[in-house]
Amino acid sequence: MAATAAPSTTRTELPALPQVLAHEVDPEPRGWRSWVMTTDHKRIGIMYLVTTFVFFLMGGVEALLIRLQLGAPENTLLSPQTYNALFTMHGTTMVFLFVVPIFAGFGNYFLPLMIGARDMAFPKLNALSYWLLLAGGLVFYASMFFSPPEAGWTMYPPLSAEDFSETGGVDAWIFLIHLTGLSSLVGAINFYATIANMRAPGMGWGRLPLFVWTLLVYAVLLILALPVVAAAVTMLLTDRHFGTNFFDQNQGGDPLLYQHLFWFFGHPEVYIMILPGFGIISEVLPVFSRKPIFGYKAIAAATAVIAFLSLIVWAHHMFTTPSPAIVLVFFMLSSFLIAIPTGVKVFNWIATLWRGTVEYRTPLLFACAFVAVFVAGGVTGVILAIFPVDWQLHDTYFVIAHFHYTLVGGAIFSIFAGIYYWFPKMTGRMLGEGLGKWSCAIMFVGFNITFAIQHTIGLEGMPRRIYEYQDLGNLGLYNLISTVGSFIFGLGILLTIINVVKSVKGGTTAGPDPWKGNTLEWFTTSPPPVNNFDSIPRIRSVEPMKDIRRQVERGTPAVHQPAEAAPEHSVVA
Amino acid sequence: MTIIPAALRTPARILVVVAALAAVLLLPQAAFADFFTPEDGGSPNADSIDTLYKIVFAMAMAVLAGVWIALAYSMIKFRARRGAVPAQIRGNTRLEIGWTVGAALILVVLSVVTFVMLDDIRNAPESDRTGVDLQRVGQPTGVPDTESVPPSGRSLLIQVRGKQYVWQYTHADDDENILNDPFSYEELVVPVDTTVTLEIKAQDVVHSWWIPELGGKMDAVPGHTNWTWFKIPGKHAGRTFRGQCAELCGRNHANMLAHVRAVTPEEYEAYIERKGREIEQANDEAARQRKRIESEESR
Repeated sequence: MAATAAPSTTRTELPALPQVLAHEVDPEPRGWRSWVMTTDHKRIGIMYLVTTFVFFLMGGVEALLIRLQLGAPENTLLSPQTYNALFTMHGTTMVFLFVVPIFAGFGNYFLPLMIGARDMAFPKLNALSYWLLLAGGLVFYASMFFSPPEAGWTMYPPLSAEDFSETGGVDAWIFLIHLTGLSSLVGAINFYATIANMRAPGMGWGRLPLFVWTLLVYAVLLILALPVVAAAVTMLLTDRHFGTNFFDQNQGGDPLLYQHLFWFFGHPEVYIMILPGFGIISEVLPVFSRKPIFGYKAIAAATAVIAFLSLIVWAHHMFTTPSPAIVLVFFMLSSFLIAIPTGVKVFNWIATLWRGTVEYRTPLLFACAFVAVFVAGGVTGVILAIFPVDWQLHDTYFVIAHFHYTLVGGAIFSIFAGIYYWFPKMTGRMLGEGLGKWSCAIMFVGFNITFAIQHTIGLEGMPRRIYEYQDLGNLGLYNLISTVGSFIFGLGILLTIINVVKSVKGGTTAGPDPWKGNTLEWFTTSPPPVNNFDSIPRIRSVEPMKDIRRQVERGTPAVHQPAEAAPEHSVVA
Repeated sequence: MTIIPAALRTPARILVVVAALAAVLLLPQAAFADFFTPEDGGSPNADSIDTLYKIVFAMAMAVLAGVWIALAYSMIKFRARRGAVPAQIRGNTRLEIGWTVGAALILVVLSVVTFVMLDDIRNAPESDRTGVDLQRVGQPTGVPDTESVPPSGRSLLIQVRGKQYVWQYTHADDDENILNDPFSYEELVVPVDTTVTLEIKAQDVVHSWWIPELGGKMDAVPGHTNWTWFKIPGKHAGRTFRGQCAELCGRNHANMLAHVRAVTPEEYEAYIERKGREIEQANDEAARQRKRIESEESR
């Protein structure tokens, strides 16, 4: 112990050092400038969270308008043009401006805290990430005042080519892909560098919090996948304006090339949107069942395996295109394989609850809602991976139901678990438990009403992306049910917004560690000071806070504990 | 305070709730047969997909129910109570290997079932004897290289063209002249008991051909040819099967409808003959007009 002891931090023992004189130290910016000019990962994190949540609400309003239009057969509420623009903006917003960047927001705020770092590796790059994201959102939404894109968030040519989409909407979308892509890319590099280099002493790869594991894999996937979509949309841009013909079948190009490139990015993107959610669940469940996570290594390994497999399943989005049998079979089997590590995670989560003492706090309820809903999306995913079955289900509301079960279940419920879990750390205030539980219950019910029935709508033969339909069979009734459900779901989200607004100033004071958490972010004050930690403890397990609490409760190191397990610094908790 | 209702506090009550849920889930199945399954009945490939779906769906529901029950049980049974002590278990290698292998086994079964069913879905069967006589409706002679043509190489070949926002069907005949081939828009007329092979192409953007009761959809991609087939049983003569374009193709994507009207072979022969005559008349009329304009201009 003595040999490895860090220098003591108490003032009296400081060795006499030469005085450093600082010239022209800029005063700390105040007010709005303190946000615009910040490079503090926590402020950037909060800006990420607030911005992406605003985009989430805009995407949500678009979704409700879509559901209103579909609430009745042959409805004339929206024109086909408006309807196509709405679903294009809804998909683009939710993917590129909400789910992907909100995890970057959580990552920004909590990654350094969880690994005991004082900031990200590259704080200025971090600020650049945020401003690129905001710029991407603004250029895209600016198209609303001119001519929003109408070709769907997948933007397949030839429909997105100049001949069929003359206006600048598609270009605004391409611009958004480039800006948010750059934002995510530099952010991912930053995450990777931070995790690789700035972990607290003693935090080996086997002691990395699982949320950080998922962020690491998220970063790697972004670095691997984003350049491909950047290339695809650049080719689309030059096709549109500079006479290249990459996707023009009449000039030696091929529209299918775009689909392959897009989904080579698009499927990893699906896991980019889900893995950090898995990470949040893996943090929340052990805390509220007062048990260690079941199978830490298996969960971390499953994350990596899912990421690898996600790179070789893309063509399951293209089972109905003219493709050789070998392609269909290969991508069916590779898609099947993903079910194994995903199943492992689900079983591990349930085993984490098993024989615990499960405390019904809001984050736990959202996490359990996540598991319940996500599994349903998982099994429909396996059904869709069977290509002959996909021939019936592809591009119908069954697919819509499937990916909303995975994305709303996988992303939104985990994001809400994260919001309720970490809000006390970010603001120093607890969110209201009553409102939180109501929000969770209403969201769960509303979500299932909205999307469960959409499986049947798809099985009945209703394709996606149609602005009107004839009332054949029970389609009118089913769609009405779905529309009603979507508004219930919206009400649940509204309750959380009210909760946040009420609690940010008026919530119960949280203290540094309200949940008795396992990870290092609970070691510092809520909200944490600019430098995060005055002293960084040595990490001896996956649950450093458990060790520290044990230490505090006992007052002194236990007799049977090995000497090197003692903390270097007294614990301020 | 809690959202878990009091009804879920004892095992007996849980069973009642589960049974009630099962009833709620199963009753609609009785009411609407196709609530849980794809459309079928118009063609053997649609029927096979439906069968495959039912097998997979049953397995999926079993897995889903298992996970849901385990989750609900863990939440309720291990709810924090005064004096309860959480077991500090970090894992169990044998259990974890067990469920990994278990998940893999389920997928092996799924793969086997799929490969067994695949032939019936992909490979077109022969037409029945009662089907239309291909010679009499003037089929082209070359055999396309696709599973959508039966082994004998004899099926009714129809070209399907997607364009914003209409489907065009061409019943190619055995001569070189493509201008006299019978064609129609939106409504495709086909004979029953006959294997129909569709050659699907797109003229402008990507479309997707889909008649749910006649089997899976196939995209019409510019620059590519896609194939599918169907064979409508004789009992459906006189019925119209509905579908529509399934790939976003522009503002009026929702209005790009497709109807397939099944008729008896005799009616089909008559239909082709009438269509051929109409086209011939229209061509003659066009030729006459051309001549008249030419002579007017030369005057």
